[in-house]
Amino acid sequence: MTPQLTELWVYLSASPLLGLTLTLMAYQAAFWLYRRTGFHPLANPVMLAIAMLATVLWLGDIDYRSYFDGAQFVHFLLGPATVALAIPLYTQWPRLKTMAGPLVIALVLGSLTAVLSAYAIGAMLGASHASLMSLAPKSVTTPIAMAVAEPLGGLPALAAALVMLTGVIGAVGAPYLYRWLRIGDHAIRGFAIGLAAHGIGTARAFQISEQAGAFAALAMGLNGLLTALSLPWIMPWLERLLGR
Amino acid sequence: MISALTLLLAFQLAGEVIARGLGLQVPGPVIGMALLFGALLLRGGPGEDLRQTADKLLQHLSLLFIPAGTGIVMYGELIAAEWVPLTAALLGSTFLAIGVTMLVLKALSKRPKTGQSTQP
Repeated sequence: MTPQLTELWVYLSASPLLGLTLTLMAYQAAFWLYRRTGFHPLANPVMLAIAMLATVLWLGDIDYRSYFDGAQFVHFLLGPATVALAIPLYTQWPRLKTMAGPLVIALVLGSLTAVLSAYAIGAMLGASHASLMSLAPKSVTTPIAMAVAEPLGGLPALAAALVMLTGVIGAVGAPYLYRWLRIGDHAIRGFAIGLAAHGIGTARAFQISEQAGAFAALAMGLNGLLTALSLPWIMPWLERLLGR
Repeated sequence: MISALTLLLAFQLAGEVIARGLGLQVPGPVIGMALLFGALLLRGGPGEDLRQTADKLLQHLSLLFIPAGTGIVMYGELIAAEWVPLTAALLGSTFLAIGVTMLVLKALSKRPKTGQSTQP
């Protein structure tokens, strides 16, 4: 690179402008591809955009922290967007009320399935104790998962990464499960993806319909609460039961 | 739009204050959502401005997860060390959780409510 170009690169790679612009460009490009493939589940825009950004950061030798200095303006909007989930929840309230009983039962069984199956599969394949405890809360939103994993002996950073991967896996895989299990009801589709794949699943549910999004938001919130309250005593009990 | 955003941020702020003040593990925005939901029930629904702003934000909810999601690049080594059990556990348990939740809901909501079916 010529000296001027190097100087420009040094400026840009340290300025918040680059991270912010790259994030928006990656999202638009990913969404364009998603639409071009006729909304194919494997062309999930969150997964594609993350893959693009990871490649750009790697090629440009840009540190994630300096990228996030710019991207944080987008990240910040997660707060008000989470509050805004109250509006679809309010709109769907009449249907939510009639399904209250089944929703609570599905919440408890789905949440236990997420925790116990992650533990069982990981333990069978020889995951370490720290990995198992970081896996256990992977279906809930990042701040809760990190806070729950640490006192159990998990690694908060690993828990955060596993939460993100779970969200992407849920968003990509759920459409196949909808078809395979023949689930047409948007309320059921949304509730399941929100429970298992938190906010990224909820974002995917809003692409189905407002009803799916509202049920996903409810499941995400309730599973976050349930996991924060139950994991601190389920995991020690499970380990004692298995004599580990 | 600005007044709706201000309202959303005010509820988030109230949520953060409550979460930190009471030392709760629940994130502030989630409490803010619950507070706003309560306010909507009392008030009888959102105004047009709030509804439109919420729609816009939620339509692009996927975008908002991209900065945090890209953070995976920092943990490549942690995941690579045990990638077989971690990948298998993530795939297996995420699909199982979605499947079990849907089948339970389908089975429970199919059953007609005896009390309601007789009413006109």
